[in-house]
Amino acid sequence: MEHTGRSYTIKVWRQKNAQAQGSIQTYPLKDISPDMSFLEMLDILNEQLLQKGEDPIAFDHDCREGICGMCSLFINGRAHGPLTTTTCQLHMRSFENNETIFIEPWRAKPFPVIKDLVVDRTAFDRIIQAGGYVTVRTGSAPDANEILIPKAIADEAMDAASCIGCGACVAACKNASAMLFVSAKVSQLALLPQGQSERKQRAERMVAQMDAEGFGACTNTGACAAECPKQISLVNIARLNREYLSAKISSDNVEEYVPIK
Amino acid sequence: MQLDSKIPAGSLAEKWTKHKFNVKLVNPANKRKYDIIVVGTGLAGAAAAASFAELGYNVNAFCFQDSPRRAHSIAAQGGINAAKNYTNEGDSVHRLFYDTIKGGDFRAREANVHRLAEVSNDIIDQCVAQGVPFAREYGGLLDNRSFGGSLVSRTFYAKGQTGQQLLLGAYSALSRQIALGKVKMHTRTEMLDVVMVDGKARGIITRNLITGKIEAHSAHAVVLATGGYSNVYFLSTNAMGSNVTAAWRAHRKGALFANPSYTQIHPTCIPVHGTQQSKLTLMSESLRNDGRVWVPRTKGDTRKAKDIPEAERFYYLEEKYPTFGNLVPRDVASRNAKYMCDQGYGVGASKLAVYLDFKDSIKRLGKKAIEEKYGNLFDMYQQITNSNPYEEPMMIYPAPHYTMGGLWVDYNLMTNLTGLYAIGEANFSDHGANRLGASALMQGLADGYFVIPYTIGDYLATQKYDKIPTDHPEFKKALDENKAHLESILSRKGTKTPDEIHIELGRIMMNYCGMSRTAEGLQEARKKVQQLQHDFKNNLKMVGTNDELNITLEKANRVEDFLELGELMILDALNRNESCGGHFREEYQTPEGEALRNDNDFAYVAAWEYTGGAGKDPVLHKEELEFENVKLTQRSYK
Amino acid sequence: MNWFTRTLTSSIGRKLVMSLTGLFLCSFLVVHLIGNFQLLKTDSGEAFNAYAKFMTTFPLIKFISYGLYAGILLHIIQGILLTLENGKARPVAYAYSKAGDTSSWASRNMGLLGTVIFLFLAGHMTQFWGRMHFGEMPMVNLANGDSVKDLYKITMEAFAQPIMVALYVLAMVALAFHLLHGFKSAFQTLGLTHKKYTPTIETLGYVFAIVIPAAFAVIPILVFLMTNK
Repeated sequence: MEHTGRSYTIKVWRQKNAQAQGSIQTYPLKDISPDMSFLEMLDILNEQLLQKGEDPIAFDHDCREGICGMCSLFINGRAHGPLTTTTCQLHMRSFENNETIFIEPWRAKPFPVIKDLVVDRTAFDRIIQAGGYVTVRTGSAPDANEILIPKAIADEAMDAASCIGCGACVAACKNASAMLFVSAKVSQLALLPQGQSERKQRAERMVAQMDAEGFGACTNTGACAAECPKQISLVNIARLNREYLSAKISSDNVEEYVPIK
Repeated sequence: MQLDSKIPAGSLAEKWTKHKFNVKLVNPANKRKYDIIVVGTGLAGAAAAASFAELGYNVNAFCFQDSPRRAHSIAAQGGINAAKNYTNEGDSVHRLFYDTIKGGDFRAREANVHRLAEVSNDIIDQCVAQGVPFAREYGGLLDNRSFGGSLVSRTFYAKGQTGQQLLLGAYSALSRQIALGKVKMHTRTEMLDVVMVDGKARGIITRNLITGKIEAHSAHAVVLATGGYSNVYFLSTNAMGSNVTAAWRAHRKGALFANPSYTQIHPTCIPVHGTQQSKLTLMSESLRNDGRVWVPRTKGDTRKAKDIPEAERFYYLEEKYPTFGNLVPRDVASRNAKYMCDQGYGVGASKLAVYLDFKDSIKRLGKKAIEEKYGNLFDMYQQITNSNPYEEPMMIYPAPHYTMGGLWVDYNLMTNLTGLYAIGEANFSDHGANRLGASALMQGLADGYFVIPYTIGDYLATQKYDKIPTDHPEFKKALDENKAHLESILSRKGTKTPDEIHIELGRIMMNYCGMSRTAEGLQEARKKVQQLQHDFKNNLKMVGTNDELNITLEKANRVEDFLELGELMILDALNRNESCGGHFREEYQTPEGEALRNDNDFAYVAAWEYTGGAGKDPVLHKEELEFENVKLTQRSYK
Repeated sequence: MNWFTRTLTSSIGRKLVMSLTGLFLCSFLVVHLIGNFQLLKTDSGEAFNAYAKFMTTFPLIKFISYGLYAGILLHIIQGILLTLENGKARPVAYAYSKAGDTSSWASRNMGLLGTVIFLFLAGHMTQFWGRMHFGEMPMVNLANGDSVKDLYKITMEAFAQPIMVALYVLAMVALAFHLLHGFKSAFQTLGLTHKKYTPTIETLGYVFAIVIPAAFAVIPILVFLMTNK
């Protein structure tokens, strides 16, 4: 294990609150171990700021195991930094000594900045509320083994379901499109027998909510999947297109969708 | 104070069924007249909030994260137990009950544990119906794997992301109710206090973490599903935000805190490196299905793992426990790892690690099979340690992971405060002194989906519909007190940051109240924690105001409660002059070094009453544990 | 709006229009290219002019050509609307972005490439199509005696100028990049993906995106070389 301290120049977006104007601020940082995680590096910077009586940098993080989806950060021009992991799984060994590191919040109209690097991602919650579920009352389920699901289908559904809702897909997409996120949930439930009853309505509503939130359209650049820390595949987006268009053609729903606020 | 656990009469297997029949019911048309507050949206909280709303109650749900989907239940990797017996190995509700109560070293309530085993099967059904993509066999049926402390394969799993999938299932049910307007979700909101009116819990005080606004919320019942307190150790496998504040504030208001010293130090975690670490990472217990734990037979061996011949490797778990081998319960595995390292057999730079080796499994099953089962864990390991576990054995060491202790609750999951409930990890009820793997998910969902929806009705049916306005004097008083308290914290301009104090607390707790404890050490630790409490009061470094997103204030607010909890844990560990499960007092051990229980004097739940904090000792209340269906034996996994 | 227009104006609906019109325009490229090859025949424009006459007078082709105009227009209008709306989805740009690490340049610049193609198309239409339909043109007699507009002559004159050839080739390069992303993207938007067939579609897309514009570009170059010998 190396224990040489490295130095960095940290250029980070500071913004006091949602209304305030933000700007990039520069902080020099010394004695950083390459085995340290990226967020631990920010912890150290924050402790130094606090010691100087300055307000520490606010950033979202929680599990630090790459699964809760809370951490974000656009690092050196990439969502979650140079690797395809979450930011919390990124380590300083991925950065050269004396490197300048840019840290910005996710940028998208539906993800407004709350403070510094913290953004509001509740748009994702509203999309799930629009239809990302199977209606099943507690207690009303049949025996688990009464629903047979071929292993291949279960595995494919699991791959789609492993989305952590971090928003890297939106952050990486030049159109700030949320199609990968939406398609992951639509795919999971469209593949499984449990999701069939609400299949059409789910695709229609989730896309309508996604559009209402102000995400851009998908132009198939593939940046989302390339950046996804959980390797959600573009195949899901194709499936969503299919699900949505066939639902629109064949469902008997002609009412206009009222978005969730 | 007389503790009434309200365990129903009758034979063990009939208690829950009879109780469900005997509980009072609320007329479906009247349910909408009741408001319920649920704090925390992990497995227990999300499941409860969704189920309440489905029944017709009005729910206000709270979480400190930006979305209910982020709760730390999401990080559970390995699986969830159920007594389905799909594998034809002779599993049953009774066997799951027995394994759990034995795994808990006979320090849990029989009735609660049996109920848990009974509803375990319903949980699997419920989750499958929600679309949780559990692993399947080629024929389309559900697959199972084995976990520690059991000789049957009863663990259902979704890759290494079972907690995530179960939580997303509960989150989807919750989301549906939010869309229907039956649940009002308050994200980025932290609970500061419970409000008692006329002796009943009637609401909470919260702080909006974005605006700093302190607000009052009124309801007919309050449910705390706020998780465990492993972060008292600072370094743990818990999320950075996991905290004891909600439970502790309830404790300060009079709720008893039970068995705080029962903490689980998980055997398979990535060892600590360096001094600036913020968090420890768990490697799922499921790895012990195929990984073999060993250390070199020679002390201080500095050779690389691959250079150590087979004959010089000490597979100590397999040798000491031939029946259970690498799948002994967590407390046993952790203690043995610590013992090996203390004896000088440890490996790695810090010498605080043992090997978890997949060489033989890769040889037997092929790399592809191992990759399929554990791929994401191996990747995570490599990401963090920069070492490839397909080539070199993993290095692991125990880390704080789960807390069996928590708020004292009766059979209905109500604390001793009327109208205040605690579910999931936040309560103390089902795991005794040690929790078996894949049982936390089971308990969280059992409480949330299948227990509290019945038991809360029993209480609400006796309550009037009246709503208490939040300008009621009790609410106003609580609001003012909490505002003043936060202002007082903010006014401190000392030199120690909240994190510095937290790190120090963690070090003390780990050294003296961690995997092994002594009376002497605990007494010293208490003095050190008291000194830290003093520092927190007089030498805390704060910045910013209460009217903004202030991460320093958030931390300080939580650390303050950890400091008080730490002292209570120490007192509880001091009081319990025996070893059991995760609580290991060096003075009390068998000649082989196993935990030595004292059933005559300590077969009780230690429930502590708050009496005013610093300087004033809490009062101990005992709930005697009665075992009518199992014989108390020295646990043996040999 | 009724359900139909709401569908077509949704984010996926707009993409559906882009995809269908795009694929339709791809088929037109093939037809147009076949015609262009007539320029290479050493028959003083006999075949080319006959082809031009056929394309401007045959009723079925005329009918399809209206579809073509509509397709082009729709593709352009939707393209502009999409680009504008997608731009609005990110009001504050990143100070530092390495988009090139995760997506191809062409895929990120379909609007720009489309604009280049559109400008070319505008010039192209005035120069040839406009004159053919509405302008003054020299006449020539075909072998069967028909007197037709001598598009061949005009084309040969145009391609004798280096600037014309250069612009034409440049536009074809833009078209190549546009197709490089557009072709496979159209199938993705339609949801036509499959483990077995998608690799074939992608290969076909690459071949199409390179061969068709290259073939278009080769003709003016050859004409230029032949006329300036």
